[in-house]
Amino acid sequence: MKLLSISRKLLRIASSKRRFLNSLFSLGVVLSAILVVAPLFIILVSVAIKGGRALNLDFFLSLPKAVGESGGGIAHAIVGTLFMVGTGLLFSIPIGVASGVFLATTSNKRLSAIVRTSADCLAGVPSIVTGLFVYALLVVPFKRFSGFAGAVALSIIMLPTITRTTEEVVRMVPHDLFESAIALGAKRWQAVFRVVLPTAGRGILAGLIGAASRAMGETAPLMFTAFGSHFLNLNPFEPVSAIPLVIFNYAISPYEDWQQKAWAASLVLTFLVLGGIIVSRRLVYGRFG
Amino acid sequence: MSRRRFSSDHVFFSYLTLSGTSIVAILAGIVVVVGLQSRENINRTGITEFITGTTWDPVAGIFGALPAIYGTILTSLIAIIIAVPLGFGSAIFISEFAPPRIGVVFSVFIDLLASIPSVVYGLFGLFTFAPFMREHVQPLLQGAFGKLPVFQGPPLGVGFLTAGILLSIMILPIITSVSREVLKAVPTPEREAGIALGLTRFELVRGVLFPLSRSGLFGATILALGRALGETMAVTMVIGNRYEVSSSLFAPGHTLSAVIANEFTEAGTPQYLSALAGLALILMGITLLVNVIARILVLRITGATR
Amino acid sequence: MFRHNKKTHLWLERTLQAKTLVLIALNILGVSGTLACKGDKGSGTGVSSFASVSKDVTIQGAGATFQYPLMSKWTQEYNRQNPNVRINYQSVGSGAGIRQLIAGTVHFGSSDAPMTDEQLKEAKMPVLHIPVTLGAVAVIVNLKEIGDRPLRLDGTILADIFLGKITKWNDPKIAQINPEVPLPDKAIAVVHRSDGSGTTFIFADFLAKSSEEWRTKVGVSTSLNWPVGLGAKGNEGVSGQVLQMPYSIGYVELTYALQNKLNVAHIKNPSGEYVPPSLETVEKAATIATSLPEDLRVFITNADAPMAYPISSFSWVIVYRDQKDCAIATALARFLWWAVHDGQQFSAPLHYAPLPKEMAERCEQKIRQITCEGKPVL
Repeated sequence: MKLLSISRKLLRIASSKRRFLNSLFSLGVVLSAILVVAPLFIILVSVAIKGGRALNLDFFLSLPKAVGESGGGIAHAIVGTLFMVGTGLLFSIPIGVASGVFLATTSNKRLSAIVRTSADCLAGVPSIVTGLFVYALLVVPFKRFSGFAGAVALSIIMLPTITRTTEEVVRMVPHDLFESAIALGAKRWQAVFRVVLPTAGRGILAGLIGAASRAMGETAPLMFTAFGSHFLNLNPFEPVSAIPLVIFNYAISPYEDWQQKAWAASLVLTFLVLGGIIVSRRLVYGRFG
Repeated sequence: MSRRRFSSDHVFFSYLTLSGTSIVAILAGIVVVVGLQSRENINRTGITEFITGTTWDPVAGIFGALPAIYGTILTSLIAIIIAVPLGFGSAIFISEFAPPRIGVVFSVFIDLLASIPSVVYGLFGLFTFAPFMREHVQPLLQGAFGKLPVFQGPPLGVGFLTAGILLSIMILPIITSVSREVLKAVPTPEREAGIALGLTRFELVRGVLFPLSRSGLFGATILALGRALGETMAVTMVIGNRYEVSSSLFAPGHTLSAVIANEFTEAGTPQYLSALAGLALILMGITLLVNVIARILVLRITGATR
Repeated sequence: MFRHNKKTHLWLERTLQAKTLVLIALNILGVSGTLACKGDKGSGTGVSSFASVSKDVTIQGAGATFQYPLMSKWTQEYNRQNPNVRINYQSVGSGAGIRQLIAGTVHFGSSDAPMTDEQLKEAKMPVLHIPVTLGAVAVIVNLKEIGDRPLRLDGTILADIFLGKITKWNDPKIAQINPEVPLPDKAIAVVHRSDGSGTTFIFADFLAKSSEEWRTKVGVSTSLNWPVGLGAKGNEGVSGQVLQMPYSIGYVELTYALQNKLNVAHIKNPSGEYVPPSLETVEKAATIATSLPEDLRVFITNADAPMAYPISSFSWVIVYRDQKDCAIATALARFLWWAVHDGQQFSAPLHYAPLPKEMAERCEQKIRQITCEGKPVL
């Protein structure tokens, strides 16, 4: 009898110790969740307060005005950003997606290790250095800044993300799918291109959107490639504006009107990027994963 | 036989291989261009003097990289130490604790955190966060732990600690979202076995989830570290931009990318430009080192060749 | 090879005819445009003296952040009056502006500091420095004890503060020249620029003229090895930092001090007066510039003129003397002409000091030196 009551007591202590640890842990987890979200609200609220007033339809549709004049907007920057990110994607999709598939399907362990490490290192190159690289290659020899150079800089920045996400997603496609296609008589490339890739398609698209979202917020690489412009410019071989450039130029000015526009543009950029991220999540998970 | 060489399979897979090697080529190109640019300064100063020198004097032409290297590593380390537990904790929160709806909302918040441009983080840091640190947090820390060498010096608001914390906020989304994915990928049988054994949530995480997601978490950390090492705009607003090595976390300092970003546009002499290129080379070297070490460690832990 | 049927053939022919006619018409217009360009070259003041350029021209410029707001006003106004001339100016910094000019990626650069002799050598071809506006560097302080009263400082004290030799606000040297001001026994928190900038150059130039120790120990440049202090990025960084931090001192372009309503110090000039920075006192400093060297590369810091603010400077537009593209050269020259005459009316509302009237003539001489294919464009 005594043994039973002792063991019961022990069990209770043991289980309460476990429960205590569990409660402590749960508290820690919830606390970390709050700590993570708190700065978000503080930042967003202060940006919204500072820039909200400048947001109106005019802001999105009109071109900039000189300081002191009311009105004016960032239409040229929105067009510029969309153009450069879009063109950048045109360059990085053929190389990035193909490299991702390469990494996922090749049996050449040596080369794939080198490529993978290179992609990771490329991801770690500060964007300003990428910008300077493209400046040396595409701006100086031709003696002109261009939206094209900006697009190339952005494509290099997007490349590692696209490559790695494609690799991960293609790896997740069950091997049976590939093998059944071969069994049905497809050549290897047909099996990859027409069966595996479409299955992984949504994930790849998600990776593309994720990479594009990151590229939209880049400032430093565009300063010496696209250069920036006050005018709406559709010629890719001339300087072009971009939203982060406008934010940067306006934020460091002494005029409240311009600073307000900088915050407003930050809001626009934040929600553009957020939109991209949410869409890419939706594609992968079919819901807001 | 010539038919075989140019089979469609061959062409396709050659194209894939070519794409892969072009990434290596681009990286090599960047390294070469930056390396060539930095040669002039290396010739003048010598590699060891450059890496260990502590003076950065553009007027006199003396360039030493050590304080910048120190600042980069210190701030990134602080960021990782703060962000990894918090990020993994939030991921656990989403996947184990929160009801699905809240989990979704929370994920959106994390994404929002990732969408904010670095310039905004920088401005927030300068105008809101640094004063907050100066007026509330730093005095508190000094009051409690003032004897420690890491909390010496007047509370300025800007400095290593502030920059490290700001960086941690910026890399949190990476760690959280990747950890989320990794936790999702834990096989259900393992998870259910743990629940069947009557494990508490804590024990489940500790005994089942964490061990299985360790390598993924490690990968997330490396990714986040890469971002932290290269972050420029936000850091330069709150680090104090003082070219000095200091043991105190409250002291102002500098980082490699902040120096480059601040001074590149005005660097007048070829040697100055070359010194900045040298800093970029060092930064890329650190990133490469981190990646290689990570890869070796992953190999050791998992025994896999991925 | 081609399989025309009769219809296509006819269509092709007609299109070709139409195209040729259009081409001829354009050529005629183009020719007449150039002829109109050589309009009367009055020494008068403005756009009305010249007939408009008919060809669409886009000019790229880069340089000082200081000039950015004024430039953006000018380029917009000028574009309004001359819709086919678009001038794109980006504020990438004085040094970067000069480098881009040397690299040939922009048509003009602008800078708060003139090109050094080494840079001129690098440029290989001769350049023209055309002053377009004036700037001042204000010394800002955050001293709540002082209220709205101005703090008096001079070059030697400033140099000592930024050298780290004077560390407290109630140092006897400061107290001596500020007898009515209650200076606190607090450490001075020094704030300087972390990024290279023309503002730093001008400030350092003034300090070097005031203190031999500064000149030898730190020197004059856009980027310096600061002995003490925090670095903040950009003018807004410095003004932001000083606003937040009690007992701090910094230096910013005048506009930022005025816009943020910061307490600016009165600086002693060679005449012995303690002068606050303002449009008027800056203009006074510029009056010494009439006895200028030919290339107009001159510093007006520590100007010895009554009521002159000692930390003032010109801000220049720098162009190559001999241009290759005549349409651009003409448009650029006209724009600069307009800027130094009509454009000056926009300066004061934006807190820029207008060029003294005497300068306009010197600028005109410079602008007339711009040539294309051997002939001056104006």
